[in-house]
Amino acid sequence: MAESHGGAKGQPAGAHTEADGGHHGGGFPPFESSTFASQLVSLAIAFVALYLIVSRVALPRVGGVIEARQNKIEGDLAEAQKLKDQSDAALKAYEGELAAARSRAQAISNETRDKLNAQAEAERKALEDQLTAKLAAAEKTIATTRTTAMSNVRGIAADAASTIVQRLTGVVPDAKSVDAAVDASLKG
Amino acid sequence: MKIDPIHQFNIEPLFTIGHIGNHTIAFTNSSLYMLVAVAVITLLMLTSGKQLVPGRLQSVAELSYEFVASTIRSTAGAEGMKFFPLIFSLFMFICVSNLVGIIPYAFTVSSHIIVTAALALLVFVTVLIYGVAKNGLKFFKLFVPSGVPGYILPLVMFIEILSFFLRPVSHSVRLFANMLAGHIALKVFAGFVAMLGVSLGAVGWIGGVMPLALTVALTALELLVAFLQAYVFAILTCIYLNDAIHPGH
Repeated sequence: MAESHGGAKGQPAGAHTEADGGHHGGGFPPFESSTFASQLVSLAIAFVALYLIVSRVALPRVGGVIEARQNKIEGDLAEAQKLKDQSDAALKAYEGELAAARSRAQAISNETRDKLNAQAEAERKALEDQLTAKLAAAEKTIATTRTTAMSNVRGIAADAASTIVQRLTGVVPDAKSVDAAVDASLKG
Repeated sequence: MKIDPIHQFNIEPLFTIGHIGNHTIAFTNSSLYMLVAVAVITLLMLTSGKQLVPGRLQSVAELSYEFVASTIRSTAGAEGMKFFPLIFSLFMFICVSNLVGIIPYAFTVSSHIIVTAALALLVFVTVLIYGVAKNGLKFFKLFVPSGVPGYILPLVMFIEILSFFLRPVSHSVRLFANMLAGHIALKVFAGFVAMLGVSLGAVGWIGGVMPLALTVALTALELLVAFLQAYVFAILTCIYLNDAIHPGH
Protein backbone atom coordinates (compact mmCIF):
# COMPACT_ATOMS: atom_id res chain seq x y z
CA MET A 1 0.00 0.00 0.00
CA ALA A 2 2.86 2.31 0.83
CA GLU A 3 4.37 1.88 -2.60
CA SER A 4 1.18 2.42 -4.50
CA HIS A 5 0.42 5.47 -2.38
CA GLY A 6 3.88 6.93 -2.82
CA GLY A 7 3.99 5.89 -6.45
CA ALA A 8 0.74 7.50 -7.37
CA LYS A 9 1.87 10.89 -6.18
CA GLY A 10 5.55 10.24 -6.70
CA GLN A 11 6.63 13.51 -8.30
CA PRO A 12 5.04 16.12 -6.04
CA ALA A 13 5.75 14.12 -2.91
CA GLY A 14 6.39 17.13 -0.67
CA ALA A 15 3.21 18.79 -1.84
CA HIS A 16 1.30 15.57 -1.29
CA THR A 17 2.27 15.23 2.38
CA GLU A 18 1.76 18.90 3.02
CA ALA A 19 -1.67 18.76 1.49
CA ASP A 20 -2.37 15.65 3.51
CA GLY A 21 -1.31 17.42 6.69
CA GLY A 22 -3.35 20.40 5.71
CA HIS A 23 -6.78 18.89 5.54
CA HIS A 24 -5.88 15.82 7.63
CA GLY A 25 -8.96 13.92 6.74
CA GLY A 26 -6.85 11.23 5.15
CA GLY A 27 -6.80 8.87 8.08
CA PHE A 28 -5.09 8.13 11.31
CA PRO A 29 -1.56 9.65 11.22
CA PRO A 30 0.26 6.74 12.93
CA PHE A 31 -1.03 4.43 10.20
CA GLU A 32 -0.15 6.73 7.28
CA SER A 33 2.32 4.47 5.57
CA SER A 34 3.59 7.27 3.34
CA THR A 35 5.34 8.79 6.35
CA PHE A 36 7.02 5.56 7.44
CA ALA A 37 10.14 5.86 5.30
CA SER A 38 10.92 9.36 6.53
CA GLN A 39 10.41 8.34 10.13
CA LEU A 40 12.53 5.22 9.78
CA VAL A 41 15.40 7.13 8.21
CA SER A 42 15.38 9.87 10.81
CA LEU A 43 14.98 7.31 13.60
CA ALA A 44 17.96 5.37 12.26
CA ILE A 45 20.09 8.52 12.08
CA ALA A 46 19.01 9.78 15.50
CA PHE A 47 19.32 6.43 17.22
CA VAL A 48 22.70 5.55 15.73
CA ALA A 49 23.97 8.99 16.70
CA LEU A 50 22.59 8.53 20.22
CA TYR A 51 24.08 5.04 20.48
CA LEU A 52 27.51 6.29 19.42
CA ILE A 53 27.41 9.25 21.81
CA VAL A 54 26.19 7.06 24.66
CA SER A 55 28.61 4.17 24.15
CA ARG A 56 31.70 6.19 23.23
CA VAL A 57 31.43 9.25 25.43
CA ALA A 58 28.51 9.50 27.81
CA LEU A 59 28.63 6.19 29.66
CA PRO A 60 32.43 6.06 30.07
CA ARG A 61 32.32 9.63 31.36
CA VAL A 62 29.54 9.17 33.93
CA GLY A 63 30.77 5.68 34.82
CA GLY A 64 34.24 7.09 35.38
CA VAL A 65 32.89 9.75 37.72
CA ILE A 66 30.94 7.14 39.70
CA GLU A 67 33.92 4.83 39.87
CA ALA A 68 36.22 7.65 40.93
CA ARG A 69 33.80 8.50 43.71
CA GLN A 70 33.60 4.86 44.78
CA ASN A 71 37.39 4.63 44.87
CA LYS A 72 37.63 7.87 46.79
CA ILE A 73 35.11 6.66 49.36
CA GLU A 74 36.87 3.33 49.76
CA GLY A 75 40.25 5.06 50.02
CA ASP A 76 38.94 7.45 52.62
CA LEU A 77 37.38 4.63 54.61
CA ALA A 78 40.66 2.69 54.53
CA GLU A 79 42.54 5.83 55.59
CA ALA A 80 40.08 6.39 58.44
CA GLN A 81 40.46 2.76 59.54
CA LYS A 82 44.24 3.11 59.46
CA LEU A 83 44.12 6.27 61.54
CA LYS A 84 41.73 4.64 63.97
CA ASP A 85 44.05 1.66 64.33
CA GLN A 86 46.92 4.04 64.93
CA SER A 87 45.04 5.96 67.58
CA ASP A 88 43.96 2.69 69.22
CA ALA A 89 47.57 1.55 69.33
CA ALA A 90 48.63 4.90 70.74
CA LEU A 91 45.93 4.67 73.39
CA LYS A 92 47.03 1.17 74.34
CA ALA A 93 50.67 2.27 74.56
CA TYR A 94 49.67 5.23 76.66
CA GLU A 95 47.64 3.05 79.01
CA GLY A 96 50.50 0.57 79.32
CA GLU A 97 52.93 3.34 80.09
CA LEU A 98 50.53 4.86 82.57
CA ALA A 99 50.17 1.53 84.38
CA ALA A 100 53.95 1.04 84.43
CA ALA A 101 54.49 4.54 85.76
CA ARG A 102 51.83 3.98 88.39
CA SER A 103 53.40 0.76 89.61
CA ARG A 104 56.82 2.37 89.56
CA ALA A 105 55.47 5.27 91.61
CA GLN A 106 53.93 2.75 94.00
CA ALA A 107 57.27 0.97 94.36
CA ILE A 108 59.15 4.20 94.95
CA SER A 109 56.67 5.35 97.55
CA ASN A 110 56.79 1.97 99.31
CA GLU A 111 60.54 2.00 99.33
CA THR A 112 60.70 5.55 100.62
CA ARG A 113 58.19 4.80 103.34
CA ASP A 114 60.10 1.74 104.44
CA LYS A 115 63.35 3.64 104.46
CA LEU A 116 61.88 6.50 106.42
CA ASN A 117 60.23 4.10 108.83
CA ALA A 118 63.50 2.28 109.40
CA GLN A 119 65.32 5.55 109.89
CA ALA A 120 62.72 6.81 112.31
CA GLU A 121 62.82 3.51 114.18
CA ALA A 122 66.60 3.69 114.43
CA GLU A 123 66.51 7.27 115.68
CA ARG A 124 63.83 6.40 118.18
CA LYS A 125 65.89 3.49 119.48
CA ALA A 126 69.03 5.62 119.77
CA LEU A 127 67.07 8.28 121.65
CA GLU A 128 65.53 5.67 123.90
CA ASP A 129 68.93 4.15 124.66
CA GLN A 130 70.30 7.58 125.41
CA LEU A 131 67.38 8.36 127.65
CA THR A 132 67.70 5.00 129.42
CA ALA A 133 71.36 5.68 130.00
CA LYS A 134 70.59 9.15 131.34
CA LEU A 135 67.88 7.72 133.56
CA ALA A 136 70.25 5.12 134.96
CA ALA A 137 72.89 7.77 135.61
CA ALA A 138 70.32 9.98 137.30
CA GLU A 139 69.12 7.10 139.48
CA LYS A 140 72.67 6.34 140.45
CA THR A 141 73.27 9.96 141.41
CA ILE A 142 70.11 10.00 143.43
CA ALA A 143 71.15 6.81 145.26
CA THR A 144 74.58 8.21 146.04
CA THR A 145 73.15 11.45 147.20
CA ARG A 146 70.66 9.68 149.36
CA THR A 147 73.34 7.46 150.93
CA THR A 148 75.48 10.49 151.61
CA ALA A 149 72.52 12.34 152.98
CA MET A 150 71.62 9.42 155.18
CA SER A 151 75.09 9.12 156.62
CA ASN A 152 75.04 12.85 157.34
CA VAL A 153 71.71 12.42 159.05
CA ARG A 154 73.19 9.84 161.38
CA GLY A 155 76.05 12.12 162.38
CA ILE A 156 73.72 15.04 162.95
CA ALA A 157 71.32 12.85 164.87
CA ALA A 158 74.18 11.54 167.07
CA ASP A 159 75.42 15.08 167.73
CA ALA A 160 71.94 16.29 168.46
CA ALA A 161 71.27 13.35 170.74
CA SER A 162 74.50 13.81 172.74
CA THR A 163 73.82 17.56 173.03
CA ILE A 164 70.24 16.91 174.23
CA VAL A 165 71.46 14.35 176.77
CA GLN A 166 74.13 16.79 178.02
CA ARG A 167 71.58 19.55 178.46
CA LEU A 168 69.17 17.31 180.25
CA THR A 169 71.56 15.46 182.44
CA GLY A 170 74.62 17.60 182.38
CA VAL A 171 76.65 14.54 181.71
CA VAL A 172 78.41 14.03 178.41
CA PRO A 173 77.25 10.68 177.24
CA ASP A 174 79.44 8.08 175.93
CA ALA A 175 79.88 8.40 172.21
CA LYS A 176 79.51 4.72 171.67
CA SER A 177 76.20 4.34 173.44
CA VAL A 178 74.85 7.41 171.59
CA ASP A 179 75.79 5.92 168.26
CA ALA A 180 74.17 2.64 169.23
CA ALA A 181 71.03 4.41 170.30
CA VAL A 182 70.87 6.47 167.08
CA ASP A 183 71.39 3.38 164.97
CA ALA A 184 68.65 1.58 166.85
CA SER A 185 66.33 4.51 166.42
CA LEU A 186 67.14 4.82 162.67
CA LYS A 187 66.43 1.18 162.22
CA GLY A 188 63.32 1.24 164.28
CA MET B 1 -15.24 24.61 18.22
CA LYS B 2 -14.37 21.07 17.27
CA ILE B 3 -12.05 18.89 19.28
CA ASP B 4 -9.53 17.18 16.99
CA PRO B 5 -7.45 14.88 19.21
CA ILE B 6 -5.73 13.29 16.22
CA HIS B 7 -4.20 16.44 14.78
CA GLN B 8 -1.31 16.32 17.25
CA PHE B 9 -0.05 13.10 15.68
CA ASN B 10 0.26 14.54 12.16
CA ILE B 11 3.61 14.22 10.49
CA GLU B 12 4.50 17.54 8.92
CA PRO B 13 7.48 17.54 6.54
CA LEU B 14 9.76 20.51 7.18
CA PHE B 15 12.06 19.95 4.19
CA THR B 16 12.97 17.11 1.87
CA ILE B 17 16.24 15.27 2.34
CA GLY B 18 16.12 12.98 -0.70
CA HIS B 19 14.48 9.98 -2.26
CA ILE B 20 14.87 6.23 -1.74
CA GLY B 21 13.09 4.43 -4.56
CA ASN B 22 9.58 5.82 -4.68
CA HIS B 23 9.75 7.17 -1.15
CA THR B 24 10.39 10.77 -0.36
CA ILE B 25 12.60 11.10 2.70
CA ALA B 26 11.63 14.28 4.46
CA PHE B 27 12.89 15.93 7.59
CA THR B 28 9.66 16.05 9.59
CA ASN B 29 8.50 17.35 12.93
CA SER B 30 9.07 13.79 14.15
CA SER B 31 12.70 13.95 12.98
CA LEU B 32 13.07 17.26 14.79
CA TYR B 33 11.82 15.82 18.06
CA MET B 34 14.03 12.74 17.69
CA LEU B 35 17.00 15.09 17.42
CA VAL B 36 15.67 17.09 20.37
CA ALA B 37 15.63 13.89 22.44
CA VAL B 38 19.18 13.02 21.37
CA ALA B 39 20.30 16.57 22.16
CA VAL B 40 18.67 16.55 25.60
CA ILE B 41 20.29 13.21 26.48
CA THR B 42 23.66 14.37 25.17
CA LEU B 43 23.46 17.61 27.13
CA LEU B 44 22.42 15.78 30.28
CA MET B 45 25.15 13.17 30.06
CA LEU B 46 27.99 15.36 28.79
CA THR B 47 27.55 18.75 30.41
CA SER B 48 26.72 17.62 33.92
CA GLY B 49 29.61 18.17 36.31
CA LYS B 50 32.26 15.70 37.38
CA GLN B 51 32.19 16.69 41.02
CA LEU B 52 32.83 14.30 43.85
CA VAL B 53 29.61 15.51 45.47
CA PRO B 54 27.17 15.74 42.55
CA GLY B 55 24.94 18.71 41.84
CA ARG B 56 21.36 18.33 40.66
CA LEU B 57 22.06 17.80 36.96
CA GLN B 58 24.95 15.45 37.70
CA SER B 59 22.70 13.51 40.07
CA VAL B 60 20.13 13.02 37.32
CA ALA B 61 22.83 11.76 34.94
CA GLU B 62 24.29 9.40 37.54
CA LEU B 63 20.88 8.21 38.72
CA SER B 64 19.86 7.28 35.18
CA TYR B 65 23.19 5.50 34.69
CA GLU B 66 22.87 3.49 37.88
CA PHE B 67 19.14 2.90 37.40
CA VAL B 68 19.66 1.27 33.99
CA ALA B 69 22.79 -0.56 35.16
CA SER B 70 21.02 -2.08 38.16
CA THR B 71 18.00 -3.01 36.03
CA ILE B 72 20.26 -4.93 33.66
CA ARG B 73 22.21 -6.60 36.46
CA SER B 74 19.07 -7.75 38.23
CA THR B 75 17.32 -9.14 35.15
CA ALA B 76 20.08 -10.26 32.77
CA GLY B 77 23.00 -10.69 35.15
CA ALA B 78 26.53 -9.34 34.82
CA GLU B 79 26.80 -10.64 31.25
CA GLY B 80 23.92 -8.39 30.26
CA MET B 81 26.19 -5.37 30.85
CA LYS B 82 27.49 -5.96 27.29
CA PHE B 83 24.23 -4.42 26.17
CA PHE B 84 24.38 -1.51 28.59
CA PRO B 85 24.87 1.15 25.86
CA LEU B 86 21.99 -0.28 23.82
CA ILE B 87 19.56 -0.50 26.73
CA PHE B 88 20.64 2.87 28.08
CA SER B 89 20.10 4.45 24.65
CA LEU B 90 16.67 2.80 24.31
CA PHE B 91 15.55 3.76 27.80
CA MET B 92 16.75 7.35 27.60
CA PHE B 93 15.48 7.87 24.04
CA ILE B 94 12.00 6.62 24.89
CA CYS B 95 11.87 8.30 28.28
CA VAL B 96 13.03 11.69 27.00
CA SER B 97 10.80 11.66 23.91
CA ASN B 98 7.82 10.62 26.06
CA LEU B 99 8.51 13.41 28.54
CA VAL B 100 9.16 16.02 25.86
CA GLY B 101 5.90 14.95 24.23
CA ILE B 102 3.92 16.01 27.30
CA ILE B 103 4.92 19.65 26.74
CA PRO B 104 1.92 21.29 25.02
CA TYR B 105 2.29 21.61 21.22
CA ALA B 106 5.27 19.24 21.26
CA PHE B 107 5.28 16.13 19.11
CA THR B 108 5.51 12.69 20.68
CA VAL B 109 7.91 10.51 18.69
CA SER B 110 6.85 7.31 20.44
CA SER B 111 3.18 7.79 19.57
CA HIS B 112 3.90 6.37 16.12
CA ILE B 113 3.79 2.62 15.70
CA ILE B 114 6.54 2.67 13.08
CA VAL B 115 9.01 4.14 15.58
CA THR B 116 8.17 1.74 18.41
CA ALA B 117 8.06 -1.18 15.99
CA ALA B 118 11.51 -0.29 14.65
CA LEU B 119 12.91 -0.15 18.19
CA ALA B 120 11.20 -3.42 19.16
CA LEU B 121 12.49 -5.12 16.00
CA LEU B 122 15.98 -3.82 16.78
CA VAL B 123 15.76 -5.61 20.13
CA PHE B 124 14.23 -8.73 18.55
CA VAL B 125 16.93 -9.00 15.89
CA THR B 126 19.67 -8.33 18.46
CA VAL B 127 18.30 -11.12 20.66
CA LEU B 128 18.06 -13.51 17.73
CA ILE B 129 21.54 -12.80 16.33
CA TYR B 130 23.30 -12.73 19.69
CA GLY B 131 21.44 -15.81 20.90
CA VAL B 132 22.36 -17.88 17.86
CA ALA B 133 25.93 -16.53 17.71
CA LYS B 134 26.58 -17.27 21.36
CA ASN B 135 24.69 -20.52 21.86
CA GLY B 136 24.41 -21.92 18.34
CA LEU B 137 21.53 -24.35 17.99
CA LYS B 138 21.19 -24.59 21.76
CA PHE B 139 19.47 -21.22 21.53
CA PHE B 140 16.41 -22.97 20.14
CA LYS B 141 16.10 -24.99 23.33
CA LEU B 142 14.32 -21.83 24.41
CA PHE B 143 11.28 -23.25 22.65
CA VAL B 144 11.55 -26.65 24.33
CA PRO B 145 10.86 -26.24 28.03
CA SER B 146 12.33 -29.04 30.13
CA GLY B 147 10.07 -31.33 32.15
CA VAL B 148 7.11 -31.23 29.77
CA PRO B 149 5.50 -34.60 28.93
CA GLY B 150 6.16 -35.73 25.37
CA TYR B 151 2.59 -35.79 24.20
CA ILE B 152 1.94 -32.08 24.85
CA LEU B 153 5.43 -30.97 23.86
CA PRO B 154 4.42 -30.08 20.27
CA LEU B 155 1.66 -27.87 21.57
CA VAL B 156 3.93 -26.18 24.11
CA MET B 157 6.59 -25.66 21.45
CA PHE B 158 4.06 -24.13 19.15
CA ILE B 159 2.95 -21.71 21.85
CA GLU B 160 6.55 -20.87 22.79
CA ILE B 161 7.51 -20.16 19.20
CA LEU B 162 4.39 -18.12 18.62
CA SER B 163 4.95 -16.06 21.75
CA PHE B 164 8.60 -15.55 20.81
CA PHE B 165 7.70 -14.14 17.42
CA LEU B 166 4.87 -12.06 18.86
CA ARG B 167 7.27 -10.38 21.28
CA PRO B 168 8.13 -7.44 19.01
CA VAL B 169 4.42 -6.87 18.43
CA SER B 170 3.49 -6.65 22.10
CA HIS B 171 6.74 -4.83 22.84
CA SER B 172 6.01 -2.07 20.34
CA VAL B 173 2.22 -1.85 20.61
CA ARG B 174 2.37 -1.47 24.39
CA LEU B 175 4.47 1.69 24.17
CA PHE B 176 2.70 3.07 21.12
CA ALA B 177 -0.81 2.51 22.47
CA ASN B 178 0.00 3.94 25.88
CA MET B 179 1.41 7.15 24.44
CA LEU B 180 -1.34 7.48 21.85
CA ALA B 181 -4.19 6.89 24.29
CA GLY B 182 -2.71 9.18 26.93
CA HIS B 183 -2.28 12.04 24.49
CA ILE B 184 -5.75 11.61 23.04
CA ALA B 185 -7.29 11.64 26.51
CA LEU B 186 -5.32 14.74 27.46
CA LYS B 187 -6.37 16.49 24.28
CA VAL B 188 -10.04 15.61 24.72
CA PHE B 189 -10.19 16.85 28.31
CA ALA B 190 -8.20 19.98 27.52
CA GLY B 191 -10.50 20.56 24.56
CA PHE B 192 -13.55 20.46 26.85
CA VAL B 193 -12.19 23.40 28.83
CA ALA B 194 -11.90 25.61 25.76
CA MET B 195 -15.17 24.37 24.29
CA LEU B 196 -17.14 25.10 27.46
CA GLY B 197 -15.54 28.51 27.84
CA VAL B 198 -16.27 29.53 24.25
CA SER B 199 -19.77 28.17 23.87
CA LEU B 200 -21.34 28.82 27.30
CA GLY B 201 -19.70 32.07 28.40
CA ALA B 202 -19.50 32.68 32.15
CA VAL B 203 -21.25 29.42 33.04
CA GLY B 204 -18.81 27.58 30.81
CA TRP B 205 -15.86 29.22 32.54
CA ILE B 206 -17.06 27.80 35.85
CA GLY B 207 -17.97 24.49 34.28
CA GLY B 208 -14.54 24.29 32.72
CA VAL B 209 -12.92 23.94 36.14
CA MET B 210 -13.69 20.22 36.27
CA PRO B 211 -12.09 19.20 32.97
CA LEU B 212 -9.20 21.56 33.74
CA ALA B 213 -8.58 19.76 37.03
CA LEU B 214 -8.81 16.45 35.20
CA THR B 215 -6.33 17.68 32.62
CA VAL B 216 -3.88 18.56 35.38
CA ALA B 217 -4.36 15.15 36.98
CA LEU B 218 -4.00 13.41 33.61
CA THR B 219 -0.80 15.32 32.93
CA ALA B 220 0.60 14.01 36.20
CA LEU B 221 -0.51 10.51 35.25
CA GLU B 222 1.06 10.91 31.81
CA LEU B 223 4.36 11.93 33.42
CA LEU B 224 4.26 8.66 35.34
CA VAL B 225 3.26 6.69 32.23
CA ALA B 226 6.02 8.34 30.19
CA PHE B 227 8.65 7.13 32.62
CA LEU B 228 6.99 3.80 33.31
CA GLN B 229 6.63 2.83 29.65
CA ALA B 230 10.28 3.63 29.02
CA TYR B 231 11.15 1.48 32.01
CA VAL B 232 8.87 -1.34 30.84
CA PHE B 233 10.41 -1.22 27.40
CA ALA B 234 13.91 -1.35 28.88
CA ILE B 235 13.17 -4.15 31.33
CA LEU B 236 11.48 -6.25 28.65
CA THR B 237 14.56 -5.72 26.51
CA CYS B 238 16.65 -7.00 29.43
CA ILE B 239 14.41 -10.05 29.85
CA TYR B 240 14.56 -10.86 26.14
CA LEU B 241 18.34 -10.43 26.12
CA ASN B 242 18.54 -12.67 29.17
CA ASP B 243 16.94 -15.39 27.01
CA ALA B 244 19.72 -14.91 24.47
CA ILE B 245 22.44 -15.01 27.17
CA HIS B 246 21.01 -17.90 29.21
CA PRO B 247 18.63 -19.80 26.91
CA GLY B 248 18.26 -22.74 29.32
CA HIS B 249 15.45 -21.02 31.28
